[in-house]
Amino acid sequence: MTNSYASRGLRESATFDRATINDIQRAATTGIYDIRGWGAKRALPHFDDLLFLGASVSRYPLEGYREKCGTDVTLGGRHALKPITLDIPITIAGMSFGALSANAKEALGRGATEAGTSTTTGDGGMTPEERGQSRHLVYQYLPSRYGMNPDDLRKADAIEIVLGQGAKPGGGGMLLGQKITERVAGMRTLPVGIDQRSACRHPDWTGPDDLAIKIAELREITDWHTPIYVKVGASRPYYDTALAVKSGADVVVLDGMQGGTAATQQVFIENVGIPILAAIGPAVAALQELGVHRTVQLIVSGGIRNGADVAKAIALGADAVSIGTAALIALGDNDPRYQAEYEALGSSAGFYDDFQDGKDPAGISTQDPELAARLDPIAGGKRIANYLRVLTLEAQTIARACGKSHLHHLEPEDLVALTVEAAAMAGVPLAGTSWIPGR
Amino acid sequence: MDPRLDQRTGDPVTITHAPAPTNTARITAIDLAVSTVRDLNQALHATDDGTSWVVDTPAGQHNIAVGIDRDLDLVVNGHVGYYFAGMHQKGRVTVHGSAGVGLAENIMSGTVHVTGDASQAAAATGQGGLVVVDGNTGARCGISMKGVDIVVGGDIGHASAFMAQAGRLVVCGDAGEGLGDSIYEARIYVKGTVASLGADCIEKPLRPEHLAELAELLALAGRTDDPAEFRRYGSARTLYHFAAVNAAAY
Amino acid sequence: MCGIAALQIRDVALRASLGELMHGMLCGIVDRGPDSAGLAIYNDPSLTPAGTSTVTVLNAELNPDALAAALRDAVPPAVGVTVTGFGETTLINAQIGTSALEQAVTSILPGVQIAGRGEHVAVRKGTGHPLDLAEQYDLRAATGSQGLSHTRMATESAVTAAGSHPFTVADDLCLVHNGSFSNHATIRRQLCAEGVTFDSENDSEVAARYIAWRLAAGDTLTTALEKLGGVFDGFYTLVVTTATSMAIVRDPIACKPAIIAETDAWVAMASEYRALAHLPGIANARIFEPAPGVVYTWTLDSTKELVTL
Repeated sequence: MTNSYASRGLRESATFDRATINDIQRAATTGIYDIRGWGAKRALPHFDDLLFLGASVSRYPLEGYREKCGTDVTLGGRHALKPITLDIPITIAGMSFGALSANAKEALGRGATEAGTSTTTGDGGMTPEERGQSRHLVYQYLPSRYGMNPDDLRKADAIEIVLGQGAKPGGGGMLLGQKITERVAGMRTLPVGIDQRSACRHPDWTGPDDLAIKIAELREITDWHTPIYVKVGASRPYYDTALAVKSGADVVVLDGMQGGTAATQQVFIENVGIPILAAIGPAVAALQELGVHRTVQLIVSGGIRNGADVAKAIALGADAVSIGTAALIALGDNDPRYQAEYEALGSSAGFYDDFQDGKDPAGISTQDPELAARLDPIAGGKRIANYLRVLTLEAQTIARACGKSHLHHLEPEDLVALTVEAAAMAGVPLAGTSWIPGR
Repeated sequence: MDPRLDQRTGDPVTITHAPAPTNTARITAIDLAVSTVRDLNQALHATDDGTSWVVDTPAGQHNIAVGIDRDLDLVVNGHVGYYFAGMHQKGRVTVHGSAGVGLAENIMSGTVHVTGDASQAAAATGQGGLVVVDGNTGARCGISMKGVDIVVGGDIGHASAFMAQAGRLVVCGDAGEGLGDSIYEARIYVKGTVASLGADCIEKPLRPEHLAELAELLALAGRTDDPAEFRRYGSARTLYHFAAVNAAAY
Repeated sequence: MCGIAALQIRDVALRASLGELMHGMLCGIVDRGPDSAGLAIYNDPSLTPAGTSTVTVLNAELNPDALAAALRDAVPPAVGVTVTGFGETTLINAQIGTSALEQAVTSILPGVQIAGRGEHVAVRKGTGHPLDLAEQYDLRAATGSQGLSHTRMATESAVTAAGSHPFTVADDLCLVHNGSFSNHATIRRQLCAEGVTFDSENDSEVAARYIAWRLAAGDTLTTALEKLGGVFDGFYTLVVTTATSMAIVRDPIACKPAIIAETDAWVAMASEYRALAHLPGIANARIFEPAPGVVYTWTLDSTKELVTL
């Protein structure tokens, strides 16, 4: 298509490209900034710019299908009496009931359980469906405290104190009125149909000194059984990781700017925070300097798509990864079979990002009963489990090729970078050289 | 550890401390100069309904009596630190002293009564139950309250009832700046002056049903203030649907 | 992100117990900042004898005896010089003015970090557990009119003695901070343009330098802190002490905790009540939380009265 314009001598501005022109026109028409989900859409330095150095003569690979490559990970053993052991180091990120339909939440729980991993609640509380279908359920503790209650806290397998998300470090949230159905409103103690605002700071503490007391409170309430995670959006990962550790966290969750299911202002999504590729190194450095790398686990998220991404994140020092957008796609988000309906919404399969609008044809980011009924939680769970298995098999394939009998034996020295930028951000040498920019 | 044994001697406890809890002859005394907060909380989580407890020498320690989920009576003699009675359920708890940040945060049910002052974020995000502070509270009293009832004998600090969703906040003294900013459906009653109202918070008429619920709350808190001397504040509901023209209020 | 405890004693009879009372206060704020700590003690005759000035240096390359010997050669004859080591801190007294002493010290230890200066205040700070540092500094034995302690959980600058609080950038002026500023880099550049120099990368030092700069321009402590509120963005609870005054201010949002207790005998501030719980007469003290953006100042009668112990 582009060529047809070029052949007519039409030239598109690189600065004012068609998306930019559309943004300006939209702003002038509506008087309000654009809100959407799906995370940063701009091209960012990412795991694609890293490559593994498979074994050949100097090192020996492991035989696929015969020689073991472990994938298990234990989270929370630093202080919790009941740490979680997952079969695979890939967890399902926090997405709220409210943002997602009950069927979608149930499907995530079923899939995670079948694959031997955890899923996570979101802003708005725990539903019986997801608790019931999730072997390992992480309960998010958020600034809004919507639906927060000590009974569910005690039912959780881990507690994740959310300070920020990769899509919007430093930002609060809003769930538009279309999705505040009677059930969602009831869980959040809000009137039906109004916009629900979520605060950007916790109401009863600010800063790591008070966070230490808050973590101690949650431990006291759960009698020190439950692992406590601290989740931050990637912006100053070195300091934030160090302070989470000093405040007593068992696990640090670091969400890069590609993290995307949280709907927020597009200007925020595209311009605040740093990509996960650049965030892992500083976080790992902080853990290493404090002597707690692999004692306090690091879970990273934001743009994890395939087993290579999983392996690369772990090689850079993460203990596990978390998936959000990819899980929604696995469930059926942006499925071409709904193309006509996406078109009717002014979008197209592969482009639909208005997760906040509640009109998702795939029945995932909606509270509309008719749309939500399109997603069969059992079939959806199967798809999630399938996808998690593929991610795991792919990561194992790479790890074996690097001679590793466990995914956690991957290390930064197994990686090289394709670009100077990726080499500098990830702290690995540019391919074919021993040069790590900045070192 | 049997909570009904004296923490120091191991003997069954029969001693009482004033004021005595009311609903049982059996009272467990715990001195936090000797026992740890962990011991106390573990015992409170493991105990039965109907028990009574007296805690001495709290010395401002944090996280005392958090996560209670029993119909019990607890009296603390002295000042307590952060998150006292956090996420409280069912029981009746009294502090003869003052409380630190986050008193009874996210309380679900039951009663928490502080005879002195409370610091910032008292009863923050409380979902139910009753929190009574005889003295003053710091800033953010009742922030994001979700159904709790709060009665403050004295003044409250700035940014109180911020994003308050449900429940009632009764203030017998004065309120600080920005009262009820971005409030939803909570109702606020103030007897004294309000330094300023926050965005979308307005004064509303005090109708008979309000006088009645105010009288009930004041009585529950053991207060004799005249409901007619209060003014009511609540949401103008102009921020319920996002609009760019309200940008200055966000 | 930190713990703060400050005490000003009006009752002359109680000043012999300053160190003991401050030790109890320090115990109540240790958990808030286990990385490092600092102390400022005003008018302890053994730390800051009358008629001397006192300079604190960090991580001196000479031991106290060698430094004392070198200093005696650098100051006029018959000027008494005392040098005492406290871990990373070295305390230097001499019977000359503060700037003359500072000059003598830097001539012997070029580039050394000066962490304290004045005629009334002894500043000691370092890395490590605050209670270990308190032992090293023999806090319980301290006497005097006023004291300030700080425990630090470093946010964005290094855990070093230089990054520890208090910051003492002008004679007898100490500042401690809980919180973090969000526009300190710009203010640092502006102060640099005014000729102000800095010792650390710490955001709190910028506030200390700003206040010293305003005081030098003729502002009162209260006015300087009010102006600070118009310039600095972010979260802060600040305590600033001078030879005779103690001032407290919180940012307009007031997220970080602060509690003040006052009796006829003393006024105390701490991050948490438990740091005040043991003070004599606390049961009948007037206890309140400072209102956001309001500067609270307490001033003792005169420096002359202070040294009468």
